[in-house]
Amino acid sequence: MLGKLTWSAIPFDEPLPLLSGAVVGIVILAILVTVTLKGWWPYLWREWLTSVDHKRIGVMYLALGLVMLLRGFSDAIMMRTQQAIAVGSAQGYLPPQHYDQVFSAHGTIMIFFVAMPLVIGLMNFALPLQLGVRDVAFPVLNSVSLWLTATGALLINLSLVIGNFARTGWMAYPPLSELAFSPDVGVDYYLWSLQISGIGTLLTGINFVTTILKLRAPGMIYFRMPVFCWTALASNLLIVTAFPILTATFMMLLLDRYVGMHFFTNEAGGNQMMYVNLFWAWGHPEVYILILPAFGIFSEVVATFSGKGLFSYRSMIWATLAICVLSFMVWLHHFFTMGAGANVNAFFGIMSSIIAVPTGVKVFNWLFTMFRGRIVFQTPMLFAVGFIVTFAIGGMTGVLLAVPPVDFVLHNSVFLVAHFHNVIIGGVVFGALAGINYWFPKAFGFTLDERFGHASFWCWLIGFYLAFMPLYALGLMGMTRRLEHIPDPGWQPLLLVAGAGAIVIFCGILCQVAQLYVSIRTREQRRDLSGDPWNGRTLEWSTSSPPPAYNFAVLPRVETIDAFWHMKRTGRAPVAPAYEAIEMPRNSPAGFITAFFATVMGFSLIWHIWWLAILNFVAAVIVVLIAGWSIEREEEISAAEVAQMERARRRPA
Amino acid sequence: MTIATTRNRTLTAVPAELVHGRGGGGPAPKRIVVAYGFWIFILSDMVMFSALFAAYAVLSGNNAGGPTAPELFNLRNVFISTMCLLLSSYTCGIGVLSAERGQPALLEVFAVFTFALGAVFLFIEATEFVGMVTKGAGPWRSAFLSSFFTLVGTHGVHVASGLVALVYLMAQVRAHGLRPAVLRRLLCWSLFWHALDIVWVGVFTLVYLMGAY
Amino acid sequence: MSRAARPPSRFFRSRRVRWSVLGAAILLASCKPAGVLDPQGPIASAQLLLLINSTAIMLVVVVPVIVATLAFAWWYRSSNTHAARSQDESYEGRVEFVVWSIPALTVILLGGVIWIGSHQLDPQAPIAGKSDPLRVDTVALDWKWLFIYPDLGVAAVNQLVIPAGTPVKFRLTSATVMNSFFVPQLGSQIYTMGGMITHLNLLADRSGEYPGFSANFSGDGFSWMRFVVKSVPAADFDTWLEQTRGTGSGLDDASYAELARPSQNVPPTRYRSVEPKLFERILDQTTASPGTAHPSMRQAGG
Repeated sequence: MLGKLTWSAIPFDEPLPLLSGAVVGIVILAILVTVTLKGWWPYLWREWLTSVDHKRIGVMYLALGLVMLLRGFSDAIMMRTQQAIAVGSAQGYLPPQHYDQVFSAHGTIMIFFVAMPLVIGLMNFALPLQLGVRDVAFPVLNSVSLWLTATGALLINLSLVIGNFARTGWMAYPPLSELAFSPDVGVDYYLWSLQISGIGTLLTGINFVTTILKLRAPGMIYFRMPVFCWTALASNLLIVTAFPILTATFMMLLLDRYVGMHFFTNEAGGNQMMYVNLFWAWGHPEVYILILPAFGIFSEVVATFSGKGLFSYRSMIWATLAICVLSFMVWLHHFFTMGAGANVNAFFGIMSSIIAVPTGVKVFNWLFTMFRGRIVFQTPMLFAVGFIVTFAIGGMTGVLLAVPPVDFVLHNSVFLVAHFHNVIIGGVVFGALAGINYWFPKAFGFTLDERFGHASFWCWLIGFYLAFMPLYALGLMGMTRRLEHIPDPGWQPLLLVAGAGAIVIFCGILCQVAQLYVSIRTREQRRDLSGDPWNGRTLEWSTSSPPPAYNFAVLPRVETIDAFWHMKRTGRAPVAPAYEAIEMPRNSPAGFITAFFATVMGFSLIWHIWWLAILNFVAAVIVVLIAGWSIEREEEISAAEVAQMERARRRPA
Repeated sequence: MTIATTRNRTLTAVPAELVHGRGGGGPAPKRIVVAYGFWIFILSDMVMFSALFAAYAVLSGNNAGGPTAPELFNLRNVFISTMCLLLSSYTCGIGVLSAERGQPALLEVFAVFTFALGAVFLFIEATEFVGMVTKGAGPWRSAFLSSFFTLVGTHGVHVASGLVALVYLMAQVRAHGLRPAVLRRLLCWSLFWHALDIVWVGVFTLVYLMGAY
Repeated sequence: MSRAARPPSRFFRSRRVRWSVLGAAILLASCKPAGVLDPQGPIASAQLLLLINSTAIMLVVVVPVIVATLAFAWWYRSSNTHAARSQDESYEGRVEFVVWSIPALTVILLGGVIWIGSHQLDPQAPIAGKSDPLRVDTVALDWKWLFIYPDLGVAAVNQLVIPAGTPVKFRLTSATVMNSFFVPQLGSQIYTMGGMITHLNLLADRSGEYPGFSANFSGDGFSWMRFVVKSVPAADFDTWLEQTRGTGSGLDDASYAELARPSQNVPPTRYRSVEPKLFERILDQTTASPGTAHPSMRQAGG
């Protein structure tokens, strides 16, 4: 009746997951009870859960990413602590069965449920505003994407208390991830969680590519789009062309595990090397999916806070497109040590270092933007400067690893771990934090507290260097990754420093939480009444903070790059334009409800509860069919209503 | 004529005729947006099929001492099912043309033909699969068979979904008539159906023709 | 309150500074040359040289970039009245050309280094200018390493004894999941995969003991999957060989089956004899029909 699910799936005998699960469960219960008692459900349902507004969906993505950051980071603290104490004869407090789940969950959560949601959330919020339009191309699909991503996050978190997670690392290489060597539900949690959220991400890619290419304000030719939109275009083109590879690969591994097929098994002709190739054919574009929007955010931030247009807009775009194309030609550098031979290794090594060219061009362009600018160090600009320095180091170690003979002695060591954290934290995380600080006033109508913003930056920066520079040294000394026990006591001092770094980063996260709290409490002092707190250059700053649901009452006519800067310089007409009726998409529960059924279906598939899985699959399909039946999906805001809302908006200014 | 891509900020407005050719005409109409988005979806689906084709190419020789392609493939049946599928693309095309000319009755007739041909294709494929399984050549027998069943089977699942969607869309035509929204959805469906045809041509060539000889 | 105002001699009297310097000294002291930074063979030496050269090439670009970033951020801050400012620049092709050339030239140089280095240090290539290699067949098991000397008829677990100065020609495979054979002080690692053979050539210049391990995560016992490479003078190697052939048990199908069961933290052992073609049979066995794997026993520790 319940497949493989029994009471023994709950870890009654393991205090750590049981306790943390209980704490999380109590917190969730408290939140649900509070919401119910205060009668907030109708508001939440109407304004958030069924919203198809890109601004709301963007905020929810960011909330998901930040909450999952806490989960992924607690895994990091556990790993650092274990490695700091499990030296020589000491065993630490995490036996291998747990430690292996912790590092697997850490990687999976950070990539798929922190970095991706943060980046997609910021793109969601900013793209239509920067393009001068009212919403993305497919608003209901946007909602579906969000909630399917949340489904994946929920399933991974369930694995903490019901069953266990994968013990294979976040890449789940076979044959270790095959049934023969991972017979329990862990890998199934991994696969279904990512397969379901992967559909959401793919839909986002389709949505954003169509939006950027087909929905822009009049006059906004391609070479007048903000740089962030170009990097978002490149990132989403990568999503559309790379994520299907992951879908196919995971489908094959699932078929191996569920039907007994032999794609990647040791026996009957399976080929584990093919998994590695397919995985990284997705995996390398994935890291560019993450970093390109961060580059875009930094382009906006550096230009705005230097008071100067971005240096050489054109070469920024060509560099972005070059990175987009090249990212598909380097995947083998993730497994130089698999024995492909000198010619193949050399080719991919050379391609990998070629990608450093457009990246270097971007860095020079940012520097030349700062040159002779008038730089103000608000929090986003701090992150930008920290990013350039940190990413330069991370990029350098990446190019070192791109030399195959050097990679032969550094592959899978903590030198590699330090490199990718260097570029992901220095690039993606700093970019997300810069973007959040930059666009927060636009989203909520008040700025974030600068003191705590600065504090969180310094903690993140110092914490990062303390946590990861020792790992570069340790990798050179011969320490490999994913060790649950440290063989050489001589490594302990450096591991203690790394542990201290993790604690400093934790202080940075606490500062962010404090920043949010303090900012909300003192929001009246920090109201953004003009809609343009940073003297911005792009169109989102021409709306009020927060913008009305329809973003622009009249779509702006764009005549140049940095359209809003030009408007400010030449002066906008104060005369109220003639308003027309605006059609906005109606709210839709389809996303939320489909995701609910997808969650139960995923859980049933993991535990082999076939009847429940089929039931929920059919239910999800029915929801899609019902949602697809309607003809009228928009509601009209009459011209008079628009005029009234615009008058009300302008009054305090 | 100064082109607006220079950094010269004292601006000359780009004339309207240049603006339109370079994407400056404002948000595209809904029909274009929907079709474009659907093309991007089809692109992503093609990438997924490419990964499955790649897997087949790598594993097609790994039959683990079990049944091989020449032993298993019945080219006559596959030829018949291929012709059915190709013909169904033709009837689909006529159906969509009828819809765009405002002839729902003709659309329904050709939709029925399309459905029937698609169903025959699936029936032949299903019997092929069942036959192979009973012969001991199921997908769990070897890596070659795993990749064969997955590639051909995934295509079959797409065809089956298309048939279900066709019934659903014809119900919409009955209920709503040939309004712009319904026409957009029919257009997308036909794009999907033709794309499946293209994939099948690849499958027929690379799997069946190359495998059997 | 700026640092410049405080006289330099008082800088080191600050307790914060003294503790930091002490801490840094301790850390540096713990960083004695080890692993990759302490090569004991020609492959490892060449790789370290490549690492240093590539780092130097990159630093030529990266250091000025970092310095410029911090300098520009400081000098062009809005409160600095001495800094020249400009609004927007008109496009200048010359700057553009330089901006693209610097990374391009660096990468072209690096590309040459990559091509030459990859061919010279190909793991499959025999070590140049050296005598007949010693053949060692390596099998990664759960969670220990088996070393078979096919020409000498002996085998060892978690211990690899080799004569110094003689090249060693490895054939490697795994009886279970993907692992990676790695001895940092001798050079390149290489993956070991079930049903497949990978190749590696290494050489130890002088006598010594060099730690080795698996560099690809393979399950619960992964952290304990360590072995030692003992490089000894040629005469001592012959002595070791004689001793090995004289005592202990042989490695036949039965004792191999026993060895193959999951265990971790296995102490070094040796076998006086080896069933002929054992390596080839392990290869076949790994790809044989299901049933040869032992999932339920994998979680039990050694």
